[in-house]
Amino acid sequence: MIQVNGLIKDYGARRALHSITFDANQGEIVGFLGPNGAGKTTTMRILTGYMPPTDGTAIVAGYDIVEESLEVRKRVGYLPETVPLYTDMTALEYLKFMADLRHIPNSKDRAYETLEQVNLADRANGYIGNFSKGMRQRVGLAQALIHRPEVLILDEPTIGLDPAQVVEMRNVIKEIGKDRTVLLSTHILTEAQNLCDRVLIINKGKIVAEDTPENLQSRLVGSQRVVLRVRGDSDGLDSTIKKVKGTTRIETKDEETVEFEFSSGQDVRPQVAKAVIQAGYELIEMRPVGMSLEEIFLELTQDTPTGKKS
Amino acid sequence: MRNIWTIAKKEYDHYFISPIAYVVAFAILLAIGVVFGINFFYFTQNAYQNFGAVPDISPVTGVFVFLLVLSTPALTMRLISDEARMGTLELLLTAPLKDSELVIGKWLGGMLYILTLIAVTLIYPIMLNGIKIGSFTLLNGFVSPGIDMNIMLTSYLGIILIAGVFLALGTGVSAMFTNQIAAFFASFALFFFLWWLVGFPANVLTGSSAEFFRYLDMQSHFYGALSNGIINLSDLVYYVSLIALGLFTGTVAVEMRRWR
Repeated sequence: MIQVNGLIKDYGARRALHSITFDANQGEIVGFLGPNGAGKTTTMRILTGYMPPTDGTAIVAGYDIVEESLEVRKRVGYLPETVPLYTDMTALEYLKFMADLRHIPNSKDRAYETLEQVNLADRANGYIGNFSKGMRQRVGLAQALIHRPEVLILDEPTIGLDPAQVVEMRNVIKEIGKDRTVLLSTHILTEAQNLCDRVLIINKGKIVAEDTPENLQSRLVGSQRVVLRVRGDSDGLDSTIKKVKGTTRIETKDEETVEFEFSSGQDVRPQVAKAVIQAGYELIEMRPVGMSLEEIFLELTQDTPTGKKS
Repeated sequence: MRNIWTIAKKEYDHYFISPIAYVVAFAILLAIGVVFGINFFYFTQNAYQNFGAVPDISPVTGVFVFLLVLSTPALTMRLISDEARMGTLELLLTAPLKDSELVIGKWLGGMLYILTLIAVTLIYPIMLNGIKIGSFTLLNGFVSPGIDMNIMLTSYLGIILIAGVFLALGTGVSAMFTNQIAAFFASFALFFFLWWLVGFPANVLTGSSAEFFRYLDMQSHFYGALSNGIINLSDLVYYVSLIALGLFTGTVAVEMRRWR
């Protein structure tokens, strides 16, 4: 659905994209992860036909983005980072206008249907200028969905939303991503983790990593670290854990807490829990502290990686 | 074509919710109304003494074109610059819509608004035409055919063409700016130049160079011909080329935004 090959973009003397190559298939949600100014928006603007690339090619929904820009634009839904809305129009008027631009028959009905899809039908006749940030974001999404596009490109779709709205927006995106191609950018790592089938980490105009969120984690961290906490006396706890096969690097943090590691391949947590309880300790907590996507991200996007925190 | 119409219709509707359009309409209609009223008064006063007094529409149309120089920048300033400022230009430039369709649609929206205003001013020729001085036997027969229809039709054609030129150039200028106030003053400066300044050298030069500057002068094509009931092909070509130039400049300016 999206095939990008050696995309380069120069802004004057500054090179914003250094030969980016990736693809995205139908029914796949691909996350574009990177710090601000990494080139996420530039890539998206090129793929949506807003601006031409300096060099390289991209095929979106089967059409070349430069040669057949209008065909691409017919098949792509795009939600830019600053949601483009006419604040003096009602939500329904706005969506009808967008539907008319895309030659959709019965544009008013379609506009209403799409508002229902983003749970805004009850405010169809409200002026966009009076809408909250979350509602505006949903109108923007409705605009991107109105022509039932094959490819959906969303630039920071959950930015500025409150937690409940973020969850709601993610659910809508997940639903859409079932049968269509979604490319979304974000700098929120949990979002990429929750939402995406595949993550592209981009920094300074280059793709520095590409994999599923899980693989990215295990690729960078060979072993998983677990914190274990008991109530009361913890004398001999470390030696109890040491007896369980597969545990390494056991470390007593304080009176109640012990940290240990095991290799990613074999999960020994059940055995450790059993051994600790059988030894008479009151186990109250056991949680992984494995290197989060956050740390991976920082490691990949910084010139001099900071030391791992344990 | 359909895209042009969609854009034009949205723009037209927008004029009726924006205060600027109402201010422009109010100012134009008030000024024309006052001029018309004064002329009407003098005409009826003089009609007793003056045998040759024929109701004339040119005071209305003459003022109208002058007011267009001042008011059209206010109508065009936000057309594209405001889309750029609000970020909605990104929406239009990623919609399946040619850049030229966007610019022509914006221009057409302004045209429809001006045509609405022009339609309102038709009340004046209708009133003039309806003057019954027939009760005064002395004058009966002199004015019974009403106003000169040729002058009226060509004057209105001139107004429409001049409005078209200003709106096209204004749309083009608007596409170059992100700030609508900047677009306003740039358009106004351009219109001022075309209306008053460019023909100036024709007064001091002679021969073909004088002709050249006279041809560039926007006023001469109206006051010298169309407002007198004369249609020259060269005048029509002049106005239509300026419209095309404005729309072309606008399209290039929109396209250049993509490269920034």
